This record gives sequence, C-alpha cells and structure tokens, in this order.
Amino acid sequence: MAKTEDVAIFERNVAKALGDGQLRRNLRSAMATMSQRRRTLFADTEAFEQLRTLGQSIRRRALSQLPELLEQLEQRCTANGIQVHWAETAAEANAIVLDILRRHGATRVIKGKSMVSEEMHLNHFLEEQGIEALETDLGEYIIQLDGETPSHIIVPAIHKNKDQIAHLFHERIPDAPYTEVVEELNAIARGELREKFRTGDVGVSGVNFAVAETGTLCLVENEGNGRMCTTAPPVHIALMGLEKVVEKLQDVPPLLRLLTGSATGQPITTYFNMITSPRRSGELDGPHEVHLVILDNGRSGIYADPERRTTLQCIRCGACLNHCPIYTRLGGHAYGHVYPGPIGSILTPQLKGLDEAGVMATASTFCGACEEVCPVKIPFTEILRMLRNEAYARDESEHEVQGHGYRYTTVEALSWKSWALYNTSPALARIGAQMLSKFGQHLPMIGPLKEWTRVRTPPPFAPKTLHELAQQRGLDDDR
Amino acid sequence: MMTANARENILSRLRAIPTHGRYTVPEAPVIAGLALSREERIDRLRRMLEVMHAEVQVVAAREWLGELKTLLRTRALNGLLYAPATPLGAVLEAAWEEGLPPLVPYVEPVEQCRESLFTIDAGITSTRGAIAETGALILWPSVAEPRLMSLTPGLHIAVLEAEAIFNTFAEAIDRQGWLEQGMPTNVLLISGPSKTADIELTLTFGVHGPKELVVFILQ
Repeated sequence: MAKTEDVAIFERNVAKALGDGQLRRNLRSAMATMSQRRRTLFADTEAFEQLRTLGQSIRRRALSQLPELLEQLEQRCTANGIQVHWAETAAEANAIVLDILRRHGATRVIKGKSMVSEEMHLNHFLEEQGIEALETDLGEYIIQLDGETPSHIIVPAIHKNKDQIAHLFHERIPDAPYTEVVEELNAIARGELREKFRTGDVGVSGVNFAVAETGTLCLVENEGNGRMCTTAPPVHIALMGLEKVVEKLQDVPPLLRLLTGSATGQPITTYFNMITSPRRSGELDGPHEVHLVILDNGRSGIYADPERRTTLQCIRCGACLNHCPIYTRLGGHAYGHVYPGPIGSILTPQLKGLDEAGVMATASTFCGACEEVCPVKIPFTEILRMLRNEAYARDESEHEVQGHGYRYTTVEALSWKSWALYNTSPALARIGAQMLSKFGQHLPMIGPLKEWTRVRTPPPFAPKTLHELAQQRGLDDDR
Repeated sequence: MMTANARENILSRLRAIPTHGRYTVPEAPVIAGLALSREERIDRLRRMLEVMHAEVQVVAAREWLGELKTLLRTRALNGLLYAPATPLGAVLEAAWEEGLPPLVPYVEPVEQCRESLFTIDAGITSTRGAIAETGALILWPSVAEPRLMSLTPGLHIAVLEAEAIFNTFAEAIDRQGWLEQGMPTNVLLISGPSKTADIELTLTFGVHGPKELVVFILQ
C-alpha cells in the first residue's frame, strides 16, 4: 500500500526525534517534572474531579451559545472602546493586523505569547512587510533567536537545555557573555527586552478567556512581558480563536484555577491581567487603542458537528502534552504543525483537513492519559477514533471532516469486505482458520506483514483453532 | 476591506443547525469555597505569597510606615514611585523625611515620563483586596494610580488592608460587586515578583516585571 505524503513526512520526523538523544533527555526530565507538579496541586482527586466537571460544564455552556456570546462580546467590547475585527482565515487576520500597524506607522511590534499568532504565522508575515515582530516571553524569545517554532504550547523552548541556550545567546546576542547559569541567561534576556518594551510601537497578545458579560480580555502569565505588551505601547492588538469566549465573569475563577494548575501545577500565575478598555479619559498609561481580532480559520467547521465541537472546549493548558507517551518521546516539532501532542492530533486535522494533517491522528496509543488529565474533559480517544475512520471514509463519511477518505484505497476496502465476509460465514471461517493453522507459517512477508515483521518476530500460528479447542472442551457454540 | 463579510459569514456558519448528533451541557456541580476565619485568611495569604517569593509583613496599621522606612533605608534606591492623589500618597507625603529615597510622583502621561518609569528602582501602590486561597493581590489601577507603577520598577511595594482579604477569587468578585460597578480599564491579580521557568523549568524570579514584591498587610 502506498504511503500518503503526510505519513512519509511524519515517519521521517519520528525517526529523527527518536534518534536525538539530547532531545529525549531534555524532554524526559521536563515532562516528568510538570506532571509531578500538577499531581501535587490536584492531590485531592475527588475535589479535582468536581472542579473538572465544572470546567467542562462552563466550556460546554459557552460553546452551546457561541454565536450569541460572540455577538455579546463584540457589543460589550465596542461599548468599552475596544475595536473588534472578525477574520475568516489566518490571511485575513494578518491583513487586519498589518492594516492597524500601517495606520500607526509602526515598525516595531512587541509580542506576548500567543498560539493563535503562531497559527497565523504572523511573525513571518510581518517580517516580509519589513516590520520587526519580537517575541518577549523568554521561551518564545529563545526559539525566535534560533529561527525555530514552539515545541510546546506552554513552555515553547522545553526541547532545549541550558547549554544549548547558553551557546545561542552568546552567538546571537551582541556582547552577551557565555554563561550556563540560568539566572544570568534570564538577566541577559531582561536587559535586551527592557529597551524593546520601552520603545515598542504596538503590543500584540493572545487571549486566554474573553468574558462576554463584561467585554473583558483575560491574560495569564508569569513573566510580566504580557503586561508590558498590553500596557506600555500606545496600541494593543489581542488575537483570539473564536472559541475562547466564556459567558460570565464568574466563569473565570474555576477556569483560571484549572488552567494554571493543569499547565504548571501553580495555584495561580504571577499575573492575571484583565483588560476591559483602552486608556480612559484622565488615565496616565495604557494603550489609546485596543483591538480584538476574532479568528475562525476552520473553527466554525469543527463547531458544526456536535461531536467534534468538544475539540473547541480546550483551554490550552498543555497537560495532554505532558502526559502523552508519544509527545514525551518526540517533542513538538516532529508533529510538523503548530499545535502538537494530543490536542494537536485532534485539532489540526480538523482545522487543516485530513489530507494535510490526518497523520497526526495516528500519533496515539489510545492509552487515554490525555483524557484523564484534561481539565475540561475533552473526549480525546473518541475524536481520534473518529478522525482515523474519516481518513478512510470516502463515501460513507458521517462527520464530513475536510479531506475525509484521503487514505481510501481499493485494495484496503476490498480486504475489509473480505474480512467481513469471512467472519460472517461460518464455513468460510472454519476453512480459513484451518488453512492458517497449517500454512500460516509460510505466509509471504509482503506489504503490511513485511512492515510489521521488520522489527518483530511473527508469532507462530497455533496448530488448532480456538473453535476446535473450545469444541474439544465441550463448550457449546451458543454459549 | 476584504473582511467586510467575515463577521456575517462566521456567525451564519456557527448558527447552522447540525444535521445529526446532540450537544449537551452537563450540570455544573456546586463547589463549596474556602471559608476561613479572618486570622486564617491572613495566614494563608501570607504563606501562599511567600511560597512565590514575595516578602510579607503583617503589621499594625500605625506601625507600618516605620517598617517601610526601615526597609527603604537598607537599600540604595534612586526613588520611590508613588501616586500622590491617593490616600496612600497623602500618608507617604506627610511622613517622608531625610535619608529616604526621594518620593517620585506619577502625574504625567506615560508619553512624557517613559524614560524615568523604566529606570526608577521602586514603586508603591495600594491594593483593592487579596485572595487567600491562591495567594494573590487584587490591583485596581485608576486615574490616580496608573498601571505601570506595579510593573516597571524592580521593587514593587503593595499595601493591603487585612479586612480586604477574601477566601476566593469568586468571593472577591461577588462581595466587591465587580459586575455591578462595572469593570475598570484594567484589573490585576498579582501573586509574587515576576518569574519564569522557561529554561529547563528552573524557576527564577525577576524577569520582565518586578524582581521583588513586598507586601504590607495592615492589621
């Protein structure tokens, strides 16, 4: 069976990641630490389970009235003085951002961490327009220096160790001394970025929760760079996926607790930043303009299917990454797309189409760890299974996932039809099983069998079939 | 602009009736929040903030200025940024004396004083309350007390009335009537000095925001 292109690329990425001893050591200790911290914070499993159910309920309630809440958010934000923009695609969102920058003659953009901006490839886009877009979250700053993309949605530079970062800083930052002391590396970054915060023209950020009831944008962070980007420059642009909206202000405290606890095991982050308007009359600081860009980029397609809609419950805590046996061995880059790990595996094929990213749904052992730790109870395994089915469903697609049936082959379809016939016809099954007992040892190792036995010893076929053994023991066919 | 119809297109896609399946909302469990006594709230807040490397002093209301002065005298600070039009500002002005770092008022728009905001060593603000459960101060910047005061100086000193410590975030929103009075431009929860763990998960303090947070809890 011919491999589709996405599968071939992914297999190459996997082989490369697994062969990278340094990467695997970096990941192993980091992921173990993050899981441990989360476990410690949520040690009371009964209380955690209750909180999780509450989180799930809040997110599902928000999604169940998404169009109304988005309209309410727009109306409240507008009343507060925040300018709201809608973008169907990443390209549209980029154009909106560029338009705002151009109007202000901005050439230096300072950015807080935002996965949506990664999804838009905003930095690359702005660079092409001659605008400097500087990442200011320490992890993002590190990988931007190295021309990389985030490998984790919470700790983007987790694939690097301090020696690698020490070399990077020394080589790429003018006059930076070589040091492997983490505190000194932080100080170097602080020094470099402080000047940027002071002089940046426009700040760009993501949004963790957008409260429809009050028109408030909430941002979660530890470093203070997010506050800098949203407070110091004269213009702030916030980017959000359209699923980020919540109904009420009182929905925020439980979600915040679930987010910070699941992400890093913290009861709360250093800063929780709630922005409701641009600078008001008489106020001495804060941006004069705040813009909110609401991005679809495939989300409304996911929303249309009630079973797939659960994907949009995600609050981007990254716990599913930290607990995934695949992610913790590969890291994020091997997935080849912006969102890695279990959430990436269910989200990306739906955003970009199975034909482009369907292989991500195969990056799972179905162990269900992601589902167990998910703070909003996304049914990962159900969605993964559905996506795998959809990849082969040419005509009989139930969920109409974009690109469904891209892996359909006549040979495989025929094989499954034969399998069904074999198993529903007792005579055929009996003869077939007996044949396998006698001649199974001599099956030619071709196609999938060749692939499967490349690193495995084929088990011998039993001389007698299960049916025969059962009959010998006097078991009735009907029982 | 090419996005003229984006809003309508997105909303109409979201409004389309699904052809199959149902989307249900599970019932939300009622979770009893913390219910600590006044003393326990102070104690828990102090512990949680200290874990996050804040320095916390619980002092009698008439003694805190003395403690502040002692703290400031031990450091070579180029100035203390303060908000003159607040009650706290008036108290500081009345009590200021020789040997302390100069009081620097924040009275001009940031556009006129950006340089000094980014170079001053310390800033002092009031707080609107605090959350015992997670350990966090509630800051409610205003016309009189701007946003950057708690961000650009390396040392942030926050003054908190013990009466304003709530059990939980939800309780603070409720009891302080955030909804009823309308949200201000910016509300902040702050649980310590700025920090990062982006390099090998090694926790270090003082990244882009303050390197130190000192909290005076006034009894």
